Amino acid sequence: MTAAQNMILAPQWDRSRTGTQFLSGDHACAEGAVYAGCRFFAGYPITPATEIAEHLSERLPELGGQYIQMEDEIASMAAILGASVAGAKSMTATSGPGFSLMMENLGLGYVMEVPTVVVDVQRGGPSTGLPTSVGQQDMMQARFGPHGDFTSIAFSPQSPQEAFELTVHAFNVAERLRTPVLLMMDEVVGHMHERVIIPPAGEIPLVGRPKPKVSPEEYRPYRPGPDLVPPMALAGEGYAVLLTGLTHDETGQAVTTYEAQKALVPRLREKILRNREVYERVGLYKTEDATTLLVAYGITARSARRAVDLGRSKGLSLGLFRPISVWPFPAEKLRSLKNVTRIVVAELNLGQLVLEVRRIAGPYAEVLHVGNPGGDVLSPETILEACMSPPGARP
Amino acid sequence: MTADTEVEAAIAQALGGEAPVGPHPYDHLLRSERLPTIWCPGCGIGTAVGALIYGFEQAAVPKEKRVIVGGIGCSSRIVFYAKTDAYHTTHGRTIPFATGVKLSNPSLNVVVFAGDGDLFAIGGNHFIHAARRNMDILVVCINNFNYGMTGGQGGPTTPAGAFSTTTPYGNPEFPFNLPNLASAAGATYVARWTTLDVRRLRTTFAEVLGRHGFRFVEVLAPCPVSFGKTNKIGSGVEEMEYYQGLEVLKSRVESQEIADTNIELGKPIVVGKFLDRERETFRDRYARVVAKARGPSS
Repeated sequence: MTAAQNMILAPQWDRSRTGTQFLSGDHACAEGAVYAGCRFFAGYPITPATEIAEHLSERLPELGGQYIQMEDEIASMAAILGASVAGAKSMTATSGPGFSLMMENLGLGYVMEVPTVVVDVQRGGPSTGLPTSVGQQDMMQARFGPHGDFTSIAFSPQSPQEAFELTVHAFNVAERLRTPVLLMMDEVVGHMHERVIIPPAGEIPLVGRPKPKVSPEEYRPYRPGPDLVPPMALAGEGYAVLLTGLTHDETGQAVTTYEAQKALVPRLREKILRNREVYERVGLYKTEDATTLLVAYGITARSARRAVDLGRSKGLSLGLFRPISVWPFPAEKLRSLKNVTRIVVAELNLGQLVLEVRRIAGPYAEVLHVGNPGGDVLSPETILEACMSPPGARP
Repeated sequence: MTADTEVEAAIAQALGGEAPVGPHPYDHLLRSERLPTIWCPGCGIGTAVGALIYGFEQAAVPKEKRVIVGGIGCSSRIVFYAKTDAYHTTHGRTIPFATGVKLSNPSLNVVVFAGDGDLFAIGGNHFIHAARRNMDILVVCINNFNYGMTGGQGGPTTPAGAFSTTTPYGNPEFPFNLPNLASAAGATYVARWTTLDVRRLRTTFAEVLGRHGFRFVEVLAPCPVSFGKTNKIGSGVEEMEYYQGLEVLKSRVESQEIADTNIELGKPIVVGKFLDRERETFRDRYARVVAKARGPSS
């Protein structure tokens, strides 16, 4: 057998994959998962997220991890929760139709308080929609998708480099706050190839889930610490852990009363809202003196940044506010920009995150929307035109 | 009066004298503070729970390695009573959740314990795929022929012609034959007992908990309140007598005979260990994937 043949049969991959790479956003996301210590991936093929599954089907066994292709996205979501309660850092990746199927067990993840990461590489919808074209139409689903009250955490990367970094961050946040975390990519960021620099192992600190410091007899799976996060014992550690999707008390026993609901559901929300420093990230570009502010995320933020430069060359005082953590929306950071009198929200939908921006900034600024129904990106010129529209001319 | 003393008083009244006192032999294996259970008088689920715990003990599965995954329904309430690592998931999603648990920590002994509606209506797809993969889990189905917790609706195992709150003119549909389904999909061990067969059920659990691969045990359980009454079978005891009159034991059913294990009202009910075979498990096969991916040097 020649050396070349041997290479094909038994590839000797560079398992660390550090340094400068040329990767798609999907591959960068998959490498981010590997870097973060993800060793369990369950998924179902779907454009434009399939490359994440493909890459991890190759990478995880190299690392002794587990890849499994499930029968659907319902099962994928259930499997990553199961893997997490038994100790693995776990992830799935999908697009709109699969994301819809995941809502059921995503809700279970919020109420069971299971750390895991769910990636949605957004395409045009509704329904099967535009499988191979871009959209940012799942943003409200990321906030309110599962039934019931909860608060979600979602990030949106604008490049393959950021897809890598935010995937690592998403795992850290999920573990730290014991909750599912969403990575809301889009088809363009998922499929575009760019330079990605992967730092040596250890350079980005990794966070583990809070562990119990008491005996199994004293342990209560839902007794929160001062940060409202309950320490998490794993299956197999002798704690006889009881987790349920029913409203429950600290022991995990189902208690379906108003009092139990009052003790549980507001804490799930407060746990997220009171720990903003754990996850909140914003990108600012020329915002110091800006009176008109663009708000954009994902691929649209790249067009918006160019629109800022084009506008400034025409003498407009434009700036870009980029919510990297899109949910919960970084409201205080937006309000802190005191010169702003007009805000233009650019996104690839007919008006989703603009509703939140209007709620926050509506009392002090004119809030406009520029978007499309999915299928293409917004050009910098289109965004700039919206910024220059006369007052009252746009919704 | 606490719930415990109320129950003791009720037992005492029923017996016309002193309530039996002293610890239950399984108290240390139960979340006894949660007792009594929510199950109706005459329900068969408790019998199956007792048999499963017996099986864990007999198979000498270390306590910290026992995991029970339940879904939604009466049977899945086991998670609140059996003192193991226990996960009460969404309706029908027990098997993929259990798949994640097992693959994440293969040293765990993972049991899915759920009802016929949960496993075979909303969860049917997960069942056949886990059997196809030969995933290392034991699936116990409490088959009481109806949706008991929601008050007795028809489901995928309701016998043809049987009455329920949603089949008021008799069930127009045919039910699944669960052992046949499990066997065809790839299970390595398939058994069916009624809750009358306590000894055999215990023996089965003791045996099957020590095995690998996708194992399936169907337990026919009385549901006097929702199924027995509606179908004029009567109380829990009378439903057991109904089984007693119709049970036919077959220690092993050949593949061509497994279709004869259909359940029809008033017809013989075939019980037994139907299948016990060796087949590579998902984990066996994935270990080879890992070896290939790591290459000869490692």
